[in-house]
Amino acid sequence: MVSFFTHLINGLSLGSIYAIIAIGYTMVYGIAKMLNFAHGDVIMIGAFMAYTIISTMGLPTPLGIIGAIVICTCLGIVIEKIAYKPLRKAASPLAVLITAIGVSYFLQNSALLIFGSDPKMFTSVVPFQSVTIGSFSIPGTTIVSITVSIILVAALQTFINKTKPGQAMLACSQDRDAASLMGISVNGTITLTFAIGSAMAAIAGVLLCSAYPTLSPTTGAMPGIKAFVAAVFGGIGSIPGAMIGGLVLGVIEILSRAYISSQLSDAIVFSVLIIVLLVKPTGLFGKVIQEKV
Amino acid sequence: MKQKFSMMDATSRDDFKTYGGLILVFILVSILSVAGMLNSQMKGLLVPLCVYAIMAISLNLVVGILGELSIGHAGFMCVGAFASAFFSKVTVGSMPDLLRFIIAIIIGGIVAGIFGFLIGIPVLRLRGDYLAIVTLAFGEIIKNIINVLYVGRDANGFHFSITSANDLGMDLTTGEIIINGPQGITGTPKDSTFAIAFIVLMIALIVVLNLIHSRDGRAIMSVRDNAIAAESVGINITKYKLIAFTISAVIAGFAGALYAHNLATLIATPARFGYNMSIMFLVFVVLGGIGSTRGSIIAAVVLTLIPEVLRFMANYRMLIYSIVLIVIMLINWSPSVKGWLDKHVYSNIPFLSKIRAKEGN
Repeated sequence: MVSFFTHLINGLSLGSIYAIIAIGYTMVYGIAKMLNFAHGDVIMIGAFMAYTIISTMGLPTPLGIIGAIVICTCLGIVIEKIAYKPLRKAASPLAVLITAIGVSYFLQNSALLIFGSDPKMFTSVVPFQSVTIGSFSIPGTTIVSITVSIILVAALQTFINKTKPGQAMLACSQDRDAASLMGISVNGTITLTFAIGSAMAAIAGVLLCSAYPTLSPTTGAMPGIKAFVAAVFGGIGSIPGAMIGGLVLGVIEILSRAYISSQLSDAIVFSVLIIVLLVKPTGLFGKVIQEKV
Repeated sequence: MKQKFSMMDATSRDDFKTYGGLILVFILVSILSVAGMLNSQMKGLLVPLCVYAIMAISLNLVVGILGELSIGHAGFMCVGAFASAFFSKVTVGSMPDLLRFIIAIIIGGIVAGIFGFLIGIPVLRLRGDYLAIVTLAFGEIIKNIINVLYVGRDANGFHFSITSANDLGMDLTTGEIIINGPQGITGTPKDSTFAIAFIVLMIALIVVLNLIHSRDGRAIMSVRDNAIAAESVGINITKYKLIAFTISAVIAGFAGALYAHNLATLIATPARFGYNMSIMFLVFVVLGGIGSTRGSIIAAVVLTLIPEVLRFMANYRMLIYSIVLIVIMLINWSPSVKGWLDKHVYSNIPFLSKIRAKEGN
């Protein structure tokens, strides 16, 4: 029983990291209507920035985290301006998808050239080791990642529902043309979305590498795909959906790794996604779009 | 001859150009190869180039003609590769090599087609990006399952296991392990030649181009352009989606068989059959012009050659590749970049401005 709870908590820890990444995916999808394949690589860049500032330059940890967030936010804005914005009115939505793949290659290979291919050992940013309650102990990174993800979701929900820029985001996600007629700057709103999504990616990167400390240029790829699955699972475009999707996916992954087969855990995660989509074709919290003729 | 050529209608003439161009390239490359003008690195690329071109044709059928996004096509290729390599390993020596290889290719296609059909039934109910993510999921599942699959054969017949080679419970002195989990299949006969790969490429091309111009092909394209309108004139959407998806999977299976018989060791690694490879095929299709079969083939060849040509730049080549990819996408697809180029670049070059004007008409 104790081991089950340990696995469950590990699952929630991984799941909350997936949730933070998935929220970035889902926000960008909801507003820009594009799958940002480069999101996973922004996570990797965020982790590398924190690593450089903390381990290579020897500066204090909070500075490393803030530095990673600032750099990733700028990176997100630059990527959006250069690679995605010119294609927003392209004839096919696939064009921007392929450009996102190009950006993903670009980030991975830049990191490869700058940092090399050998994995780096990331020192955890969490100052305490673990907390013991009764007979089992919870690792510090687990507590921090779960807490951070809850705070981030609450903050984002408040931001979207209570502030003007947040309402502008909501309006853009529903109808871009109508929003621009209401005097909302659509371009500005999309840029803001990318900035927030990339900042969250940086946080996710730091937390991910605190929990799983090997850092290489391909670190972000698989968590990126898993978080994408989590976003779809919860209904892409929905922030609570992304949060729950991420947590469920993390728990399923860790539990199936522990009790069924470590090699088949990915297959099980993807099978659950397929089953959910067959029952609810737009995910758990996704809106059903009525077709009009 | 010239008169006959002009008598053909526009579409057959266009197809004829594609066939002719490919045959011309084949003859040219064969001559260069025989004359010893290709180095071993280029020779080694000939079969993979055909394989990628076939995959581009296959994916173009789903993405360009059917209009559904698939990012798990490497999964079908993987199924075809393993099915055909398995067949070859089991029957090697029991029949002439060429005959065995032809049967292996057909088996690869059929098994991949069965998978495509079975996966297509649930998947094609979904829409847009949801469909895309499920194809990605299936691709990853296929890769994952093959990595835990152990199959051996001894005097008592076949043994299967999904845990480890020791659990097969077979006599290793008389039998051998054919599929060894993460180590895959080793020692597949190296049957793939440029000529055979080219013939398979031509067959795939003929099948797809004829499908596009047939009644069924027009039905498939009508589903892409407006599913509701197609349904209202009595077109069975599910049927035509499944036809396109299954044919595409069969062709991907052919490509997989060629791929498997070009390698000494067949392993389902993330780099080889994961979503990265599926995405690479998608890049071919989009860059080649969505829906253009000829464009997909050209893009497959060019994009495979770019990293090889850039090999002298060592670590910088993939960086340059990614920049080239982004720039080409912007030039080809962005309305604002296109407009700027028309105004400031093309209008100053007489040759290009003429082409642009012609395209505009």
